[in-house]
Formats: sequence, structure tokens, C-alpha cells
Amino acid sequence: MTTTEYERNVVLSSVDYNVVGTRPVRHDGADKVTGRALYGADFDTAGLLHAKVLRSPHAHANIKSIDTSKAEALPGVHAVVTFADFPQVSDASVDFGEEITSVHDLQSNILARHKALYKGHAVAAVAATNAHIAEEAVKLIEVEYEALPSVMTAPQAMADDAPILHETMRTDELGTTIDNKASNVAQHFQHVKGDIAKGFADADVIVEREFNTVTVHQGYIEPHAASAFWNTDGRLHIWCSTQGAFPARDATAEVLRLPVSQVRVTPMEIGGGFGGKIPIYLEPVAAMLSKKSGRAVKLVMSRADVFEASGPTCGSNMKVKIGTKNDGTITAMQAYLAFEAGAYAGSPVGAGAMCVFAAYDVENAVVDGYDVVVNKPKTAAYRAPGAPNAAFAAEQVVDEVAQTIGMDPIEFRLRNASTEGTRRPDGTVFPRIGCVEVLEAMRDHPHYNAPLGENEGRGIAIGYWFNVGFESAVNIAVNGDGTISLIEGSTDIGGSRASIAMQAAEVLGIAAESVRPSVVDTDSIGFTAVTGGSRTTYATGWAAYDAAQDVKAKMIARAATIWDVDPDSVELKDGVFQSSSDPELNMSFKDLAGQLAGTGGPIVGAASRNAGGMGVGGGSFAGNIVDVKVDPQTGKTDVTRFTCVQDAGKAIHPSYVEGQMQGGSVQGIGWALNEEYYMNDDGIMANSTLLDYRMPTSLDLPMIDTVIVEVPSDHPFGVRGVGEANIVPPTPAIANAIQSATGIRMERLPMSPVAIMEESWKQS
Amino acid sequence: MPGKTYVQTRINGEHVDFLAEPRQSLLECLRDVIGLTGSKEGCNDGNCGACTVEMDGRIVTSCLVLGVEAEGSEIITIEGIAQGSELHPVQQAFLENAALQCGICTPGFIVATKALLEHNPDPTEHEIRFWLANNLCRCTGYDKIVRAVQDAAARLQEASA
Repeated sequence: MTTTEYERNVVLSSVDYNVVGTRPVRHDGADKVTGRALYGADFDTAGLLHAKVLRSPHAHANIKSIDTSKAEALPGVHAVVTFADFPQVSDASVDFGEEITSVHDLQSNILARHKALYKGHAVAAVAATNAHIAEEAVKLIEVEYEALPSVMTAPQAMADDAPILHETMRTDELGTTIDNKASNVAQHFQHVKGDIAKGFADADVIVEREFNTVTVHQGYIEPHAASAFWNTDGRLHIWCSTQGAFPARDATAEVLRLPVSQVRVTPMEIGGGFGGKIPIYLEPVAAMLSKKSGRAVKLVMSRADVFEASGPTCGSNMKVKIGTKNDGTITAMQAYLAFEAGAYAGSPVGAGAMCVFAAYDVENAVVDGYDVVVNKPKTAAYRAPGAPNAAFAAEQVVDEVAQTIGMDPIEFRLRNASTEGTRRPDGTVFPRIGCVEVLEAMRDHPHYNAPLGENEGRGIAIGYWFNVGFESAVNIAVNGDGTISLIEGSTDIGGSRASIAMQAAEVLGIAAESVRPSVVDTDSIGFTAVTGGSRTTYATGWAAYDAAQDVKAKMIARAATIWDVDPDSVELKDGVFQSSSDPELNMSFKDLAGQLAGTGGPIVGAASRNAGGMGVGGGSFAGNIVDVKVDPQTGKTDVTRFTCVQDAGKAIHPSYVEGQMQGGSVQGIGWALNEEYYMNDDGIMANSTLLDYRMPTSLDLPMIDTVIVEVPSDHPFGVRGVGEANIVPPTPAIANAIQSATGIRMERLPMSPVAIMEESWKQS
Repeated sequence: MPGKTYVQTRINGEHVDFLAEPRQSLLECLRDVIGLTGSKEGCNDGNCGACTVEMDGRIVTSCLVLGVEAEGSEIITIEGIAQGSELHPVQQAFLENAALQCGICTPGFIVATKALLEHNPDPTEHEIRFWLANNLCRCTGYDKIVRAVQDAAARLQEASA
């Protein structure tokens, strides 16, 4: 591979700012390049105990008895817990922001209650003076299991004679509960637009295919970690690696049946999440061990635990059928999506159904979604959860339809592209969106028409994520030296301290470096939802904008007081307060900041915002142009060139926008070519290490070229969240490239050498 | 409980002695015994590279070295890369090129990159990708890391010219 110097272009940007759109060094950077930043497992305190969890060796089993007496007797052991130590909870729901779970399911997932539902399901936990003793003690716990037959895929679980995970589960069939029998299907829903039968009758060409994908993991490098201290005054303090300190606090309180005011969560630095660190797994266990031992307790997952007992994303079984006229007008689109939820209801099929045809303004569409439980870990969000699965199916069929009528795949998509006012099959009407602009930037990119070599193929695809809003709070205090302290509740996973601080700096006319952003605990700021759903730069950034406006108004009032002029005569421009009543009356932000103490006291600003629900700002589209080279002898596929185009609305810090695009693209490449939970016949994951679960290394990849499109949203600077849409198009774009190189249409993931050779033999 | 062994090392240029159980890895000793938590555990089986340290002039994943094996060795961890309050050019290049997002893999990448550039001051893109293939990053897609290493190489060459 050789270095290619791609142009770093931002297209369609219409407004220039002083700070927004620049690339300052992030505020937490020095701590993170020197090893000083403290992550979940780095927590320490006097008397800290270390805990380990006993996990089910069976994919599906009744738990007949648990005997912990030998473990409790081991010297160095301070506490042992099982489900029996936890309070009974109701079946109320807890809202994590990007996903909603029943408290009962959440608690049962944290420590199994009578039944283990997947290999790795937590059964008991031990706290001891060190982790090795805790590990020895875990092995002394005696559990009597009654192994049960297991189901691993949605089609298996939906069969009439399938083993049932939850005897109490009844299918919600299009809004009606089917009462007479237990089922593994939690829900079947349907979105309908227009007349699907008429749509297919009007079509000149119809293509239908069935696709299957398997479980994959977010693959964050930092395993889950949580520490807890349950004080003698009844207050519980948690230090953990989480995407949202407040949702972690609320969920922990629900599971332990405590008022939220009794729980304080301090978020440590977080070593990646991608949705997987939205749910809680360890916090209530560490808390209960602390309560029983009277000591602080730290609980850290191993890598195998992360694979087997956190929340990967779903495998799926999908059918997509699309009809078109010969002139390129799509007349009907239909999808059947059956997504694995894992052990408890709640797969991302709802989101997949919202995104599957989002890029297309089609008159007639039907989307059926099935949420199906299987004997695998409960799925969690993973970057645009559900959308990459759906796109893998839909974007391949779109490609095949375009091929069949002999139309360029980008022109075909442009001809049917969603725009402002388009109503999706799920009923949502788009505000201003950048679907057309992303497709045009792809069409105009030199990559699209570059020559290809032997055994190479090129594919394209577009993907969508709707983005979420939710609650954020920001406090700002003006310091005497002209800087501001910015207090926020959004955990910083990828540079969001910078992208939030820069928005406040822009309002106040100060440098990005003059903002001191801090991510604080749940006692120290207003409720702030998870860092997820591509919401943080949008929603917390908007709260920072509002808080900075609050500061600005107070600073203007103070300047007016000092000058004894009408506040309406004062404005802040480029960091200087100026009164229109007298050109001599001007003062820099820094000068005024230095005079606050003696002119009425310090100035603080605050703002909170609920930035809306799903789909705020119209969401974001991302598109890929991908070249692959497929070895005809082995099926091994190399990505030789990759271009990601995404609508960022307005890139606050373009480097971190590009970083999101590149990171999402490469997760998509791994999902496309390598990654899978390889389950044996007993439902045991056979590859729960980072050697065998093969995530892309630097050597597997080319540079990832990026094009940032800026079609502004309703946010004050036009921001659209960019965290997620970029993982949606890679799997179909690579599949389309493989088809272009080999003629083989890949109907399953991963498109490993074995899979490609098997398809090649089958289709030739 | 197994007995402990007295181990003497030089870490980041200073004499450090500690007691290690035979079953404790060097990573565990660094983090839990000595208090240097900059080296991270991502897998504990040598596959992610987040615990990479330099040991007697070559880089190792410290989770695959036993603490007792460190007897008499010279170790450099992420905490020993900056010179006092001045960042190493590799650290500066990672910051300015936005080559980290969550930052958990960054200590391992910086230790490995420093060693690469000491062995090969002007690596090609392929040589950079090959050398860093034992360090997993899940956030960046490696693009900005490769660019940061190229930038660091240029900075170091400029400084030595």
C-alpha cells in the first residue's frame, strides 16, 4: 500500500466562524498522551476490594441451587452476592436515552434469577482483597444447573417447536397481545405507506433477496469497569466507565430500589463505548458487594466477559423486495426484518425499520419488524443500531435493481432520493436533510471514476441515522483572567469537550483554549442524557451555546453598568464589548472579566435543554465509495481505496468529524469482512479473544478519505451529529464492490474468504 | 497464598523495587503494585497492545511478561515518554493530528511509535502500518494515527538535522 494524499475538503459550507470550524488541540489531550487520564479500571481508594463474577457455562439452563459457603470461607474473601441479595423489582421500564429496558430484565441480566439465558450470564460475584483470590473463590461456588436446549438465530427462535426463553413472554402482534401461548417473538410491528400491491404491479423490474447477518461486537478497547462504595449514611457512590453518568445512576437506583438522590455516579474517562457502555452490568453488583463488605469494591470485566456478557449488536434475518420502472422510478419497497434481541426483548429492529428505506422517496412501502429473543447476550446499542443490518440488505437490492435497468447506481439513487418533506414508511416527515447533497458529492468525487485494476471492483452505498436530542445541562463561570470554566455532564468519548467548548467560545468571542471544560459527576450538574445517538455535539453543544448566551447577556449588562449606558447599546463583537453610544466605550472580554469582582460579583451562566427526541435536525446521511480487490483463488478481500462522505450540518472541529467518519467506516469494514461471533452447537462463543474475533488492524486498511458535506440543521451553528451514520453504508458498499469484482452477490456477513468461496461455488 | 519475590528494576530512569507474586504480570505490577496506571489492560492476552512498554530496548506487551521476569531490566512506560513538562514529539504529533478519540489505546501506540522511529526514522506508510499492527484502535480507523506517526518522524528528523 502506498500513501495517497487526498484533499481534505469540506463542501457546501456557507458560514465562516472564528472558532467553529477550526482544529484546536483538545482540552483533555495532554492527560491522554501522557497516561495521566484515569479510566474505569484506574480507580483506586483506601481499602479497595477486587471482585470477580461467576458466569454460566451453559447457553440456556435452569439454576437449581447456588452454594456459596466454600467461597465465603476462603481467606481474603469479604463478600459474596447472588440474585437473592437483590430486592424484588417491578416490571417498570428504565429509559437509557437510546434504549428502554424493563427493570426486571435489567436486574435479571445483571445477576441471573433462577435461569441462565446465555453462556456468560452472571450468576454470582465475590469481593476479595485481590483479584486472584476473588477468582479462586468464584471457582468454589457450587451451582447446580439443568441444561436446556438453546436457540441461536431468529429463524430458529421463531419456529413453532423452538425452546422458549421466557415462559411469560407473549407476542405483541401489531399492537394486540397473543395471550394463548409463550413465544420468543416479543413484538411484530409494521410500517405501511401507500399501496404495496399496486406499487409492485406498476414495476417493470422486481428484485427480491434474503440476507443473514451474525452477532458482532462494538469492540471498545477498554473493558467495562465499575467501582462502588456504599457509605454508612446510606449514600452510594459509583465510579465507572459509562456513556452516561445520569442514566447509569438512574438504572442502578432502579435495580437497587433506591431513590436517585442516594446514588452519585462519577464518570471516569471512557475507553470507547459505541453504544455498548449505555447499559449497566457491574454497578449494582459492585454496590451490593460494597454494602455487604463495608469496603469500596472494584469490578472489571475480562475481554472474554466483554464478548460473552456485555451487549453486542444483533444478528438478523432479512428479506428485501424492490420494484422499479425502467426509467428508474422506484414504485415499491418492502422489507422483512427479524432481529435478534439476545436474551431479553429489545433488539434494534425499530431503528432498523426507521432507517431501511430512509434515503428513498417512495410512494409504496411496507416494513415488517420482528423483535426475537435468543440465547445470546442481551444486545446493546452499537453505532446506528439496526441500521447497518438493514442497509446491508436494502442497499444491495437497490444496487441490483439499478444494474438490471442499466442505470448508474448514484444516478438511480439521486432519482429517488429523499428530500425535505419526504415521508418515510414509518411516518416521519423529513425536515431539511442532505441526502441529495451527499450523493452529489459522491458522484463528483474523483474516486468515483478512477480506473480499477485486475480483480478489483467498486461499490457504493448510502446510509442514514436519525440522531437523537434529549436532555443536556451546562454551567459556565467567568474567571478573572478572561477564561471560562464550562461544566458539563456528557462523558467525552471522542473529543466532545473540545466540540462543546468551541461553541461557547464562539458565542463569547474568546479562543477555544480560553475554555476549561470539565465533565462532572451527577451531584454537580443538571441531568444530561447519554453520549450516544449522535447527540452530544448537537444537544450539549446547544446547551453550551445557550449558557454562553446567558453569560454574554450578563457581561453586556455589567459593561453597561460600569459605563452607565443603556445595555441595548452594548454589543459583543470579536471578543470586544462596545457601546454604540460612545466609540471610546469598549473593553475586551478579558478586561471585563478582570473587573467583575468589584462591580457586582462573579458572573455565571447556565442553560439546560431538551433538544427533542429521535430525528432531531433531520439526522445525517453518509455515503461510501469503496474499491476492493478479491483474490479469486482464496476469496480474501482487501479494501484498496475508501471514501466516506457525510453530512455534518456544520463541522465544529473538522478533525474530530473526520475521525468519527474514519472510525465508523473501519468498524463497518471489520463488520463486512471479518467480524463474527462464531457460535458452536452448544451456543458457546468459540472466538472470545481479540486474536480470534478479528477486528481490523492498521495493516488491513488503506487511508480513509473523507468529504464533509455541510447542510445545516436547526442547531444554532447547523450541527448534525456525526457519530453513527458513517457505519451504515460500509457493509453494503463493500458487498456491492465484491459483486462488481466477482459477480457474486453476498447475502450474508461477514464476507470472509470462506463465505466468498462458498457463494462462488454455489452461484457458479 | 504464594510467596512474593523481591524484584529490582529501573522504570522511567529511576530505581524501582517491588514485591511480585509469581502469578502477577508485569502489567499488573505496574498498575496495581507500583501505581503506574498509564499502561492499559484491554485483553490480557497480548492482542490489543494497550499495555505496550519498552523493556531492555524492545517493546513488549506487559500483560505477557511476568512481574518476576522484570528483575534487572530497564523499563520505559508511557509515564516516561515526556521529558519533564515537555511532551515528546510523538505525543505532540498525536495531539495536533487528532490521532486519538477515546485515548485508551494511545499509551500503547505512543510507546510503540517512539520505538519504531528509533529503529526506523523515516518509515513508509506500509512500515508504519506493519509495526503498529499489534496495537488495536477501535475509534480512529488508524488514518490519523498513521499521519501522526509520519508527522512525528518529520519532527524528529528536523530536530536531529
